[in-house]
Amino acid sequence: MIELAAATLAKIAFLLAVILGLVPVLIWAERKGSAFIQDRTGPNRASVAGIRLGGLVHPIADVLKLLFKEDVRPAQVHGGLYALAPFLVFFVSLLTYAVLPFGDYLQVGDQRFPLVVADLDVGILYILAIASLGTYGVVMGGWASNNKYTFLGALRSSSQMISYEISMGLAIMGLILISGSLRLTEIVADQGRLLWGFLPAWGVVVQPLGAVLFITAVFAETNRNPFDLPEGESELVSGYHLEYSSMKFALFFMAEYTNMVIASAMITTLFFGGWNIPWLSREVIEANAGVVVPAVMVLKIAVLGAASLLLLRRAAREKGKFGDARDREPGLLGVIFGVLALLVAAGFALKPWAIGPQAASVAATLLQVGAFVGKVVFFCWFFIWVRWTLPRFRYDQLMGLGWKVMLPLALVNLVITAVWLAVF
Amino acid sequence: MQTYRKVHSYGGKLTLAERMYLPEIFRGLGITIRHVVRNLLHMGEMPTMQYPEEHREYSGRFRGRHRLMQRDDGSPRCVACMMCSTACPADCIHIVAGEHPDSSIEKFPQSFDIDLLRCVYCGLCEEACPCDAIRMDTGIYEIGADNRAAFFVDKEFLLNNTTDGTK
Repeated sequence: MIELAAATLAKIAFLLAVILGLVPVLIWAERKGSAFIQDRTGPNRASVAGIRLGGLVHPIADVLKLLFKEDVRPAQVHGGLYALAPFLVFFVSLLTYAVLPFGDYLQVGDQRFPLVVADLDVGILYILAIASLGTYGVVMGGWASNNKYTFLGALRSSSQMISYEISMGLAIMGLILISGSLRLTEIVADQGRLLWGFLPAWGVVVQPLGAVLFITAVFAETNRNPFDLPEGESELVSGYHLEYSSMKFALFFMAEYTNMVIASAMITTLFFGGWNIPWLSREVIEANAGVVVPAVMVLKIAVLGAASLLLLRRAAREKGKFGDARDREPGLLGVIFGVLALLVAAGFALKPWAIGPQAASVAATLLQVGAFVGKVVFFCWFFIWVRWTLPRFRYDQLMGLGWKVMLPLALVNLVITAVWLAVF
Repeated sequence: MQTYRKVHSYGGKLTLAERMYLPEIFRGLGITIRHVVRNLLHMGEMPTMQYPEEHREYSGRFRGRHRLMQRDDGSPRCVACMMCSTACPADCIHIVAGEHPDSSIEKFPQSFDIDLLRCVYCGLCEEACPCDAIRMDTGIYEIGADNRAAFFVDKEFLLNNTTDGTK
């Protein structure tokens, strides 16, 4: 009992650390990524003792700024709802993670810990329900602000979210038919099998149309470009979070990025195999652990070593470029990466090629968790990439797309899948 | 007569690929990722100027902060004719004239104040002056202070006049 509670708390802590740790990285990636797409440099000035980390300190500066800002509360707002809205939006966006599996299981001794916080029978229904709750926070924020523009933004946002939730649910239906269960652990495990001996049965392979529809619907759910009309930066100023300042705005802001992480995690779990590594199932890894683990270590040494050498080369080349504390940075980072590479190399002293079954199991789990996090990070980048590529949908185009194109397509997808499964 | 497949439509009916959105979306994504990769590999070639370390080169005609020119003995060339003050569209030059002992010069400015906050840097004062007494060729555009009074500059400030304004 105690072990169960402790394990659950550890899983929750790990997930919170990953999500909340990804949010500043995403803010940085958005600003730098959008800058590189637009042929400019992006933020590179905030520094701590001369260490700029290419702009990674900026989100910390953002957080500090938002913490110390004055909390302006307009006079006629509806008190309770105005204060509650940002918390609701942020809380709901964190809830979804409870059912997403980030690994197969962790075997310690003879205890097997499934790597999912809550293995619900109705995992997918839970996700869809929680996603719908997010709409409440948006509407509350817009209405309680006593401002016709935020009200319009909230109205648009809620109608958009509701329309696309339907397509989202129907797009997943096909996947449920194929894996035969609503449980997310089973859906992910089902994606580990190989079709016709060579093709991993990922959701995007068995349900390509469903994947496209789901990814589009999830962009609309998170109010992210090309569906970011409610935020309408050039139209409604800020939409539903216009009248908020300081920490309440920070909560809306963080909620947007948390929603992005959750949406990426959903896409990964449902359509891109979750924690599965394409041809390396757990059995394969554990059987060949003596080869896989040293190979991964060599890869890490190569990457860290290359980074270290490039940084040290830059330190030597650009000596005295700035004439102040910033000069130390490439050298310092080069040394840190070099030390990390040496630490991994020192790991070879533990004889990883003769690894035992217990350690092999843990290694397999770590690789799976790493694959999951890697895929989530890739999809977060995909969100950012699409935002700075596509123009925004107009409201009538958006609603037309949701109801007249995506809903019929989702239904057609469902029918085709059902017929296919019945026949074959 | 060979007909070509329409790849892009200009204000007409959309091709099938365009109506499906997805192929065009992927083309767009390809363009943006090409920009990202090119900028990652050749960061030095991006057009962004790292401001405090690099400054933009402006032409000789660039109108920066004003300066008052001196005669050989160090007194201002200005004869307080009020032409610059009259020409100024923002009404930011305030001159109080005084009598000059040398009768071929007659007048000199007792005080010559410019309100740099009102100035629109149009250069009409420079054009209007008959004595080449006021110029806007310092090239100084970093005009900042933390109180309004500091922007109201006087004759001594404006006579401080090397072309880079350091003296």
